[in-house]
Amino acid sequence: MAEISLPSRRWKKPPFIKSARLRWALGIGAAVYLALAFGTMEVNWGRVAEGLPRGINFVAAFFPPDFVTRWDEIADGIYESLWMTVTSTVVGIALSIPIGLGAARNLAPRPVYLFCRGILAVSRSFQEIILAIFFVKLFGFGPFAGFVTLSVATIGFYGKLLAEDIEDMDPGQAEAVRATGASWFQWLNYAVQPQVMPRMIGLGLYRFDINFRESAVVGIVGGGGIGATLNTAFDRYEFESAAAILLIIIAIVMAVEYTSGYVRKWVQ
Amino acid sequence: MPVLQADGRKIWQRRERGKQLAIWGGWLIATAIFVYCWQLISEKTTWFFVLDAHVQAADLAERMVPPKFSYMEQLWQPLWDTINIATLGTLLALVLAVPVAFCAARNTTPSRAFVRPVALFIIVSSRSINSLIWALMLVAIVGPGVFAGVIAIGLRSIGFCAKLLYEAIEEIDETQVEAVTATGASGPQVLSYGIVPQIMPAFAGISVFRWDINIRESTVLGLVGAGGIGLQLNASILSLAWTEVSLILIVIICTVILSEWVSAKVRHAII
Repeated sequence: MAEISLPSRRWKKPPFIKSARLRWALGIGAAVYLALAFGTMEVNWGRVAEGLPRGINFVAAFFPPDFVTRWDEIADGIYESLWMTVTSTVVGIALSIPIGLGAARNLAPRPVYLFCRGILAVSRSFQEIILAIFFVKLFGFGPFAGFVTLSVATIGFYGKLLAEDIEDMDPGQAEAVRATGASWFQWLNYAVQPQVMPRMIGLGLYRFDINFRESAVVGIVGGGGIGATLNTAFDRYEFESAAAILLIIIAIVMAVEYTSGYVRKWVQ
Repeated sequence: MPVLQADGRKIWQRRERGKQLAIWGGWLIATAIFVYCWQLISEKTTWFFVLDAHVQAADLAERMVPPKFSYMEQLWQPLWDTINIATLGTLLALVLAVPVAFCAARNTTPSRAFVRPVALFIIVSSRSINSLIWALMLVAIVGPGVFAGVIAIGLRSIGFCAKLLYEAIEEIDETQVEAVTATGASGPQVLSYGIVPQIMPAFAGISVFRWDINIRESTVLGLVGAGGIGLQLNASILSLAWTEVSLILIVIICTVILSEWVSAKVRHAII
C-alpha cells in the first residue's frame, strides 16, 4: 500500500486583524512611532533617581491624613464644590437639550445642524482647565467662574451624546406619532423623549459625577470649590490636609457612583 | 394605563394620580435643592465683576485677533510632545490596567474577598484624582518635563481602562470558556484562547477611546510643568501675548477634532 503523506496541517489562532498587509503596516508604523517618540522624549534619569527617595518622603508626608486641623476650610470647599456641581449639572443639561436637538441630523435642518455641531465641537475640545482660565478672567475669582466652566463642559458632553442618541432612535415610532397629526412639540414629547430618556437620565448622573471630580481642579486656576482648598494645602506643604482632601474626594466620588448605579438600574 | 371616569366618559391619562403626585413632588424637591445651591453660589459671587464680563470678553477678543501664525514654528515641538504624552501615557495605562481588570472582574479574580476590593479601590482612586493633580505630584517627584506628563496620564487612565475592561470581561460568553476548559487547557491557555479573543474588540475600542480623551487632557498638563503645549499656553497667557494664545487654542481645537475623527474611524472599523 502506497503511503499517503498527509500535509501536516495545524490549527492556528486566527489573527485579530484579518488583512495581513494592514497588520504589518500597523506593526511597522507603531514601531517607527515608538522609536521616534522615545527618541525625542528627554528623560533626565539623574533627576528621576534623585527624585525617587524624595518621592517616598513626599508620599510619606501624606500619612497620616489630617482631617481635623483644617476641617472648617475643607468642609467649606466640599460644600462649595457640591453646590457648583448641582447647579452646573442642572444648567448645563437644560442648555444642552436645545443644542442637542439641533445637532441631531434627523431632526434639524442643515444650517442649524452645522451650527450646533460647531458649538459642541468647540466646547468639547477645550479641557475644563483652559475654559476655567478664561472664565476666571471674565467673571472674576470664585465659584461662579467654576459654575460657568462646568456648565459649558456639560453642554459639550451631554449635547453630543443626546444628539447621537436621537440619531440612533427608532424612526418607526416617530413616524407613527407624526401620523396621528401631532404638533412638533407633541411629537418631541411622545415620540423622541421616551426613547432617549432612560439613557439620558443615566448619563446625567454620570455627568454629575464627572462635574464633581472636575470641580476639584477648576479651583487650581481660581474657580472656587475644593480645588482651591487643595491647591492652598499643596502650596503650604500641608500634605496631611491634602491627603485628607483627596480621600474625601475619592469617598464622595465612590458614593455618587454607587448611588447613580442604583438609580440607573431602577430607571432602565 | 389608567382610565378615569368623568361625567360618564372615559378619559385617558398617562399616569395614575399617586404616581403623578410623586413625580411632581420629586420635581419640587429637585427645584428647591437647585435654588438653594444657586443662592449659596450667588452669595459668594461679586456680581459687579460678572456684570461687566461682556466688556472684558470684547476686550479679550479684540486682543486675540488676528492669531499670530508666525508663532507656529515654535509650536510643532510642544505639539509632538503633547501627542507623545497622550500615546505613551495610554500605553502605560493599558499595561497596568490589564492585570487590575482581571483582578476586578468577578469571573476571573483570584479572590473575591481580598483581591477584588483592592482592585476596585485602585480603579476608583485613579479615576477620581484628576490628571492635573497627578501631574502636580509627579512634577515634584520626577521633575518637570514630558516624563512626568506621561506617568500622570498613565496613572489617571488606569481606572478608566480597567473599569471598562473588567465590565467587558464580566460580560463574556461563559460557554466558550467552558468549552476550552473541557479540552483540558491549563489556566493561561483558557485565558488566551477562551477569554482574550472575546474581549479583544472591546480592548482595542477602549484604548483608542482613551487615547482620544488623553490628547485633550495632555493639552493642559503643561500648566503645572508637565510638558506639552500647555507649557506654551501658560507662558503666552502669563506674558499677555493674546495673539499667541489664540493660535494655540486653534491648534488645540484642530488636534482634538483630528484625534476624535481618527478614534471614531478606528472604533467604527473594529465594531
